[in-house]
Amino acid sequence: MGSGMAGRIFRQLLSFAVTLIMTFIGLTAVTFLIGRLTRIDPVLAVVGDKASKQVYDQTFHAMGLDKPLIVQYALYVKRLISGDFGISVLTSQPVLSDLLRVFPATFELATLAIIIGVAAGIPAGVLAGARKGRWADHVVRVVGLFGYSVPVFWLGLVGLFVFYGKLGWVSGTGRLDVFYEDIVTPRTGIILIDSAIDGDWDIFRNAFSHLILPAAILGFFSLAYIARMTRSFMITQLSQEYVTTARVKGRSYWGAVWRHAFPNIMVPLITVIGLSYASLLEGAVLTETVFAWPGLGLYITRALFNGDMNAVLGGTILVGAVFIGVNLVSDLLYRVFDPRLRGA
Amino acid sequence: MTQSLSHWLLDEAPGSRRQAVLGSLYRGLLAILSNPPGLAGLVIVTVLVLIAIFAPLLDRGISPIAQDLGNRLAQPSAAHWFGTDELGRDIYSRTLYGSRVTLTIVALVSVLVAPIGLAVGTLAGYLGGWVDIVLMRITDVFLAFPRLVLALAFAAALGPGIENAVIAISLTAWPPYARIARAETITIARSDFIQAVVLQGASTWRILLRHIVPLCLSSVIVRLTLDMAGIILTAAGLGFLGLGAQPPTAEWGAMVSAGRDVILDQWWVSTIPGVAIFLVSLGFNLLGDGLRDVFDPKETS
Repeated sequence: MGSGMAGRIFRQLLSFAVTLIMTFIGLTAVTFLIGRLTRIDPVLAVVGDKASKQVYDQTFHAMGLDKPLIVQYALYVKRLISGDFGISVLTSQPVLSDLLRVFPATFELATLAIIIGVAAGIPAGVLAGARKGRWADHVVRVVGLFGYSVPVFWLGLVGLFVFYGKLGWVSGTGRLDVFYEDIVTPRTGIILIDSAIDGDWDIFRNAFSHLILPAAILGFFSLAYIARMTRSFMITQLSQEYVTTARVKGRSYWGAVWRHAFPNIMVPLITVIGLSYASLLEGAVLTETVFAWPGLGLYITRALFNGDMNAVLGGTILVGAVFIGVNLVSDLLYRVFDPRLRGA
Repeated sequence: MTQSLSHWLLDEAPGSRRQAVLGSLYRGLLAILSNPPGLAGLVIVTVLVLIAIFAPLLDRGISPIAQDLGNRLAQPSAAHWFGTDELGRDIYSRTLYGSRVTLTIVALVSVLVAPIGLAVGTLAGYLGGWVDIVLMRITDVFLAFPRLVLALAFAAALGPGIENAVIAISLTAWPPYARIARAETITIARSDFIQAVVLQGASTWRILLRHIVPLCLSSVIVRLTLDMAGIILTAAGLGFLGLGAQPPTAEWGAMVSAGRDVILDQWWVSTIPGVAIFLVSLGFNLLGDGLRDVFDPKETS
C-alpha cells in the first residue's frame, strides 16, 4: 500500500517533469526562431552600421551565426540557463536585471486584480448557479458577456476618463505621483508592501489610489471568467443526488449549497483561478500601456518599438515561464486535491 | 410555394444528398432563429458583413483617409456624425471601413487555423500510437503559450502589418482545434461505417478527408465562432500597440490608440471605435453561444 502510493507520487512527479522540460524546450525554440526571423541583423545591432567588413565577419563568427541552427539553439539554451538573456539595447543593462526590476510592478497589479476577481467572482458565480434562471443569474450572465467582449485597453481608457478625469476618485497614470517617486526604499519592489514597512502611509495611500483602477479593470476580466465557471460547476453539483439527500434530511437550501456543493467545486476552481491568474499577467501588457504602469508589459512594448529584440524575447520567455509554471502548478494541485485523479 | 419548400427541406426521408444537406442547414437556421441571444448575435454579425461590403455606399461621400487639419478633433455634428480625429479625418467613415480590416483578419485566421487544427487533430486521433503522442505533446506545448505576448513577439520580428498579425494570431490559436478534432476523430474512427469503408479498401487519406474531416467540421465551426471574439480582441490589441494594420488604413484598435492622449477632452475619438470592437465581439460571442446551444446540447447548463 505504502510503496504503491510512493510509486504513484513518483510517476506523477516524473510526468510533471517531462511536461515541464518539453514545454520549456518548446518555448525557447519558439523564441529562438523568432530571434532568427527578425529583420534586425543581430550583428549590426552589436557592431553598428559603420563597422568594416572584417569586423562584421569577425563578430558574425564570434556570435556563432555560421554554425548549424541546432548548435546555435543549444548555445542559446545554455546561455539562458546561465541567466544570460543578452544586453538590452535600450537600457544598456542585462535583460535579466531589467526584468527583475520591472516584474514586481506587474506582480503587484496582477495579484490585486486576482484578489478582486476571486473575492467577487466566486460569490457571484455561486449565487448565479444556485438561483439559475432568476435575475441574479441573468446579471452574472450579462456581466460575463460584457467581460468576454470588451477590449481591455478601451475599458482602461474609459475608466481613466470617468474615474480620474470626471470624478477625480483615483489618481492617474503611473505607480506614484511624481513627487513621491524614488522615495521608497525598494525592498520587495512592491510599493504597497515597501511603504507599509517604512510606515509611510501617505505613500501607501498614493500608491493605492494609482493601483486600484488598473487592478479593478483587470480584476473585472477575471471576475467574468471565474463567475462563469463557478456558475457552471455549481449547477452540475446541485443536480447531484447527494444535494437532494441533504435537503431531504432537513438541510436548508443555502446550507446545502455552501456546506455540501461548494466544497466539491473548490478543486476545479483551483485550475480556473490559476488559468485566470496566468492570463492576467498577460493581459497586464495592454493595461500597463494604457496606465503607463512601469511593469513587464510596458517594458516589452517599449523594447518592441526600439528594435530591442533581446529585451522583447527575454520578456516573452519570462511571461511564458510564469504562464507555464502557474498552469502546471494548478494542474498539480488539482491532482493532489482530487481523490479521483490520484490513481491516474 | 414557401410551404412546400419548407416541407421539402424538413422531409424526414430526403431523396438526395443535396436535400439532406440543405435540410440540416435549414433546421440549424430555424433553431438559431428560435434562440434569442443567438439571433441577436446573428443580426450583429450580418450587419457587420453588410457594412463591410457596402462601406463605400454608406460613407456619405467622405473618404476614411481624407485629412482636414483645419477641422481636427471636431465634436460629433451633422457634418461629421462621430466627430473627427487628430488629423481631421471623419470617424464615422473610418469606423465603417475599419469593419473590413476586422473581417479580413477574422476570415484569414479562420482559414489558417481550422485546417491546421483539423490536420493535426484527425491525424493524431486516427493514426494513434506515437504519432498521436508526438502531435499532442506539441499541441500541449503551444496551448501553454501566452497568446498575446507571443503574437507580440512574432509581429515584432516579422514587422507590423495585417498579414503578420494574422500569422502571429494563427500560430497561437490552433491548438484547441487540434484537441477538438482529435476527440471527435477517436469517437468516429470506432464507428461501424468507418470499418465498412476500411473493408472496401479506402486509403487512410480518403477516410480522413472524405469521412472524418466533414464530421469534425461542425464542432470546429462552433468553437471558431466562440473564439472569434477573442481573435478580434487580440487583433485589436495588436492594432492598439501599433502592430496591426498600418496608417493610414482605418483599424479600430489603432483608432482607440490614436485617441488616448485626448481622452480627457475629446472622448469620442477613442470611445467610438472601442464601442465598435465591443459590439462585434459581443455579436460573435452571442452567436457562438447560440450555435453551441443548438448543435451541442450536452454542453448547455
